[in-house]
Parts: sequence; C-alpha cells; structure tokens
Amino acid sequence: MLVNSPLVRLIAQRVGLGILLLFAVSGLIFAGTQILPGDVAQSILGQAATPEAVANLRRELGLNDPAIVRYFQWLGGVITGDLGTALTTRQEITVTLMPRLWNTLFLAFWAAVVSIPLAIMLGLLAVRYRNGPIDKAISGFALASISLPEFFIGYLLILFLAVKLQWFPSISTVYDGIPFVEKLKAIVLPVIALVLSVLAHMMRMTRAAILNVMQSAYIETAELKGLSALDIIRKHAFPNAIAPIINVVMLNMAYLVVGVVVVEVIFVYPGMGQYLVDHVVKRDVPVVQAVGLIFAAVYIGLNIVADVAAILANPRLRHPK
Amino acid sequence: MSQELDYLSRRFAAGRLSRREFLGRATALGVSATFANSLLAGAAKAQTPKRGGILKAGIVGGAATDTLDPAKFIELMSYFGKCWGEFLVALTGDGGLENRLAEEIGSSKDAKVWTFKIRQDVEFHNGKTVTAEDVVATLERHSNKESQSGALGILAGIGSVKADGRDVVVTLKEPNAELPYLMADYHLVIQPNGGKDNPAEGISAGPYKVTVNEPGVRHGGERFANFWQSDKMGFADQVEIVAINDTTARVSALQGGQVHMINKVETKVVDLIQRVPNLKVEALSGPGHYCFNMFCDTAPFDNADLRMALKLAVDRQEMVDKILRGYGTVGNDFPINAAYPLFPEGIEQRAFDPDKAKFHYQKSGHSGPILLRASEVAFAGAVDAAQLFQQSAAKAGIAIEVKREPGDGYWSEVWNKQPFCAANWRGRATQGWMYSTTYLSTAPWNDTHFFNERFDKLLIQALGELDQDKRENLYREMAVIVRDEGGTIVPMFNQFIDAISDQLGGYVGRVDSLMNGYALTQCWLEA
Repeated sequence: MLVNSPLVRLIAQRVGLGILLLFAVSGLIFAGTQILPGDVAQSILGQAATPEAVANLRRELGLNDPAIVRYFQWLGGVITGDLGTALTTRQEITVTLMPRLWNTLFLAFWAAVVSIPLAIMLGLLAVRYRNGPIDKAISGFALASISLPEFFIGYLLILFLAVKLQWFPSISTVYDGIPFVEKLKAIVLPVIALVLSVLAHMMRMTRAAILNVMQSAYIETAELKGLSALDIIRKHAFPNAIAPIINVVMLNMAYLVVGVVVVEVIFVYPGMGQYLVDHVVKRDVPVVQAVGLIFAAVYIGLNIVADVAAILANPRLRHPK
Repeated sequence: MSQELDYLSRRFAAGRLSRREFLGRATALGVSATFANSLLAGAAKAQTPKRGGILKAGIVGGAATDTLDPAKFIELMSYFGKCWGEFLVALTGDGGLENRLAEEIGSSKDAKVWTFKIRQDVEFHNGKTVTAEDVVATLERHSNKESQSGALGILAGIGSVKADGRDVVVTLKEPNAELPYLMADYHLVIQPNGGKDNPAEGISAGPYKVTVNEPGVRHGGERFANFWQSDKMGFADQVEIVAINDTTARVSALQGGQVHMINKVETKVVDLIQRVPNLKVEALSGPGHYCFNMFCDTAPFDNADLRMALKLAVDRQEMVDKILRGYGTVGNDFPINAAYPLFPEGIEQRAFDPDKAKFHYQKSGHSGPILLRASEVAFAGAVDAAQLFQQSAAKAGIAIEVKREPGDGYWSEVWNKQPFCAANWRGRATQGWMYSTTYLSTAPWNDTHFFNERFDKLLIQALGELDQDKRENLYREMAVIVRDEGGTIVPMFNQFIDAISDQLGGYVGRVDSLMNGYALTQCWLEA
C-alpha cells in the first residue's frame, strides 16, 4: 500500500532523476577534465622536469589510451566504490580524500549549526518588527556582510581577532589527533566568515516567504482572535512558508560544502576545495573527477532533500484525495 | 647601519666572519672599537644554541599531491627534505661546499673520475649504518634513464657509479670539475639502498625523523637521537612545516606567533612587516633571476639585431625599483651574478638606451607589434614588468603587445613553448651547472633555443678545467656570448625574502630562502 502512495512514487522519482543526473554529470566532468590544457606528466614533475622523465611518466600512467576507454574504466570503478589511484602520489584516492571530505563536512556542519537557526530567527524577528528599525538593522547588517567579498571578511577577521587581539589562531590547520576543543577554536574564524556569507540569503528568504504568507486571510483571523504577533508568525505563518525556506537553506548548505575554497585558502584549512585545486594544478585527473563527482552528489543530494521536504511540508501532497 | 651591524654580528657568530674582519667592517661603519668589541661579546653570547621546543615554518608551495619520494621533490618538499634527509655535501653560502656524508672528495686530473669517501658510523633513522653502497644506489636511482627524478638532468653525465670499500667512485662521460656541487641538489637525499625498495618511506640520516606527513597541510619531525652531528644541528625537539600558500595568511601566521619563520615575502609588504616590532625581514641576494626569453631560432627573434634592440629597450633600474621595490639588483642579460663562485667581474653593464635600441630595431627590418606573454606565476609582478617593458620599448619605437596568460598551465603550455615569454630561474650552485641546464645546445631546458657552437665548446672546456682562474676566464667569455648573442633578457636578480620572529636564534642568510632550507635544523628558539 505504501508503495502505491503517490508520495513514495514522487520521492522515488526524484531520487531516480538525481541518479540519472549524476551519470550525466560524470560524463561532463570527464569531458571537462580531458580538455584542460596542459599535460599531467609535465605538471607532476614541475618546471624542473626533463623531457625524458616526462615521457617515462606518461607511458607509465597509461595516458596514451583513448579517452572513451579511460571513461568507462573509471565509471566502472566508481560504481564499485573504487575511486582509483591518484596519478601524482600513487595512493588510493579514498585514503587521501576521506580526511579532507571529513574536514569540509566538519566546517560546513558548524557553519550550518550557527547560521541556519540564526538566519531563521533573524528572519522571524525582521517580520515581527517589519519596516521598523530592528528590521532595517538586521537587513542592513546581513546585506552588508553578503556584499563584502569573503576574502575581505576573512582578512578583517584575521586582522582583528587573530593578529590584534590574538583570541584565535589565524591559520586553521587541523589534523588527526588534535584535541576537540583546539579543533573548534581553530575553526572559529572560518566559521564566522562562512556564516556571514550565507546568513543574508537565508534570512532574506525567510523574511520574504513569511511576509508573503502574512497577507493571507487566515493570518488576519488569527490577529482578530487576539494572538500575539510572535505566536502568529511561529504557529501560523512559518509552517506555511517552510518550503521555500528549506530550499534556500539546502542551497546554502550545498554552498558550504562545495564553494568554500577561498575561505579554505585564506585560513589554510585542509578541506576539499584546496585538495581539488592542488590536483587541478597537477592535472591529477582521477582525483579531480572523484572530487567533482562528490561535489555533484552533495549538490544533487541536498536538492533532492529540499524537494522531498517541500513535498512533505505541503499538506495537499501529503494527504492526496 | 644597525641592520648592517646586526648582520655582521650574526655572520661572526656563525663563524663566517673572522674577529679581525668583523672589527674592521664594524669600524668602517663608524662604530668605535670598544663598542664593536662589546658587540662581538654580545653576538657570541646571543648565538649559543638553545635546545628544545617546537620550531615551525610557514612555507609556500605545498600541495596535496606532494610525496616523500625525494626524486619528486618540488618547492615545499625540498625544505622538508632538509629536515629529515642527509646529503653528501651542502652549500655554505659563500661559494664553498661543506662535507656532510662525504668525508673527503677527490678527483682524477681530468675531472672525469670522482671519489667520495663516505663518513663512518652514520646511522639511518631505521638503525642501519650508512654505507657507500647506499650512496651508490641513490645515485643510480636518480640517474637511471627510466627515472622520473628531478635530478635526472644533472646526473645524466654519470657513466658509472660503484662502491669501493668506503669510497664511492663516480666515472663521468665528460669531465665535470663542478660535480661535488651537483651533489648538493635537494633531490639527492641519501636513502637506505637508494630508496629503491620504498622511495617514499621518508628514511634518511638527517637530524629529524619524519613523524607527520600530510601533503599540502603539514609535515613534521622529531629529533633523531642518533644523529651524527647533533652538536651543530637539530636543536628543537620537533620541527613542523605548515603549508601556507596565501601570502597574507603566511604573514598573519607569523604575526600571530603560529610559525617562527616564513618564506617568499612579497616585496610590497616588506616595509609593513619591518614595522612590526617582534618580526625581522631577511633579504638575501641569491642566484635567482627574472627574465624574458626569446627563441633564437624563431622569427622574428632569429634576428640578432632585433634581440639586441629588445635588450637595449629594457629599463632595468626602473624594474628593480618598481617590481622588486629595491630588493634586488639589475641583470646584465646573462644568468650569472656575484652570488656565483668565479663570477666574472668587469663585464660592462647594459643600460637602457632607446636610441641604440631604435638603431638595431630599424636595422632588423622588423615591423609590427611583438607579442610578449606573461603571467603572475612566471614571477611575482611579471605582468607589471611586461607592461613596463612595453612602455620603455615604445620610447625606442618598438611596439610590444603584452598578453596575460593564465597561471594554471603556464609552465607546460607557455614557457619553453612560446617564442617570447616571461620566466624565472631560481639559479644553481655553479655557473657550469646553470649554463648546462639552460644554455647548452643539448640542455634539457634550453628555453631560449640557443644553439652556439663556440659557447658549447667553452662550456665543455670549462667543466673539464680544474684550475679556477682558467675556468673563470672561460666563464667570462661565455657570459659575454650569452649577453650579446643569446635570447635571454635578464633585467633583474631578485632577492629571497624571508621573515622571522625575534624568538628565532641562529638565522644566517645563505644561498636561498630559509638558509637554503636548513633554517629549521640550524636555528633554535630563544628562551
């Protein structure tokens, strides 16, 4: 019976489409990495490499096979959970990639933990005091923080909180076995920078979505019943505005995972972004492909979650006639 | 003046300046003899190494793709290699060599057969004793034609290597009077069985044992208890290198006390750092230079007059002032400066001369704009330098079009592929080494496509010449040929700029950034 419910069908459809999309993306990633200018062997050995050494390495890496053969070899590996071996270090990609992915997720998690409740709360407050000084102040602050480029915010944080006040370290090098408190301390500055850069989007969307609902007749009824302004927003407006809010929250979470390379570089945080850039520079194609695929999976996955959440939040879809 | 004195004191303390020399040069700076003497006492006292602590460096150029295999060392890994690796020799910084695992070095009269006597009772980190066989295996691995070693180019001249008791006997195909210098190359870490079994295991006989190896993030080592020279190196209990590629992040890490030394400080922030009370800037004139390379065999640069016109159309002093902000010296269109042993003094300095440039340009018969490619990765400020070149050349009626190339892929797609582009060379320990790397007709990176029979002959002759005066004269003639006929424009020699915290003791400028990589092993933490 459950299988026949339209809800399950809808969700299954979304997931299926997501997987198809992922396949399409894998093709694009592979094609994209093939047209990168530059030669893997040359990049691995650097400027100081002799032509002989480069030729030796090319042969050894099997770079002389046709692209289509290499694509299907790669895809076969990925499906069976084998991301392959890095060309540069000859290590299994999973071994070097997992700690970096974990770091990225750790940073994204804490940025999300701080920013999502904060954004929604500020959004609610902005609606409650709409067009008043509090609303203006919240919006002004959020818009200012999103308008400043991340690197600028990062450098300001370093200048004041790390160099002048010396409260936090300016570089966020985390490693295996670092005490948990130290680790949290190390990521304070990048978390603040990330929070500032995603806050405005989520806050403004919360505000707009709720304001939209606030025009409805039932809100007026609630007001006439004598409910307090915050109760109206919390109990009546917010649940009906949740779908667009979830959407924008997911979009920002995806950004926190895949789009933070600038913040990583500034704070020297060993996440996926820098890992990807390092391998692009060296033309380490298998790693670039693996990272690209993981990023795509995160993005598509979070979008599916957003879609499903929106469906679940919609009573008409939840209770079909 | 105080900086100068400070420098002299440290040179003295490090044993690179005699007491007499120190007093002479200090008084020449206008210091009274009594004060100079008290400085001496202070310098000697301040320079007593202190043991313990964790010494940290923030270094540029680390990547997740780095490996512990010395054959594939680049950038940051060459610094870490100096922490755990041991070499046959090391450069002293005044043109000389310090024997490390090689106790004695001798050669046959024709500089073709070299003998390195290996120091006894030196232990690898794994407890094995360093033998001549290990050294032979190391040289074999790096000089093997199938090898991917960065040192393959310099070792290509090796005919055979064999062990004879404690001696390593290297027989060359062609004579090379400078072979011992080549052994200081940072790839040539002596490994057990030459690293043939497991090249990336990180075992050698250096002062620190590898404990942390997270490529692109950090690398660390702890003091090796059985290090053979523990009175001279390895003062800190642990050393750590943090990969910090962003310039601002490097400086702020130093300011925040998270590292004690950083390399590659950009010239535009040097003045700012000098104003920070607990930091010091260390600028060192080395053999590194910035250049614009023309292919001598590709039109229009195959015309000697056009090459000369372009050389005369560069305002060198302006580039030193504006691109290097004074942290460097003007170049003279050959890749050698006074940082090299046997530097040929007295070759006339080429200067900006728009009239002469115009004359040669007209004589070349060329017309139309000349495309110059540049990118920030060619050297810091390369695009700006190319634009300065464009403006000064315009004064001579030469039109240069500057094309900014993407940094990614520059070394594989532009440099040594396009006929006119910006580049840099970090330099080599000797002139012969530098010339055979880039100017010999058969050089692996003949990046100016320079094919000159006379030059090749002189180089081979110089490399076979053990008499230093004669070799210097040969080098002079070669320098003049490259300067006047070659395809390279060398407007400036850049200084290596490090910044260090005042907690750091024992720092002495030497050869390259961070004491040629030895700062972590030879410096210590004060108090």
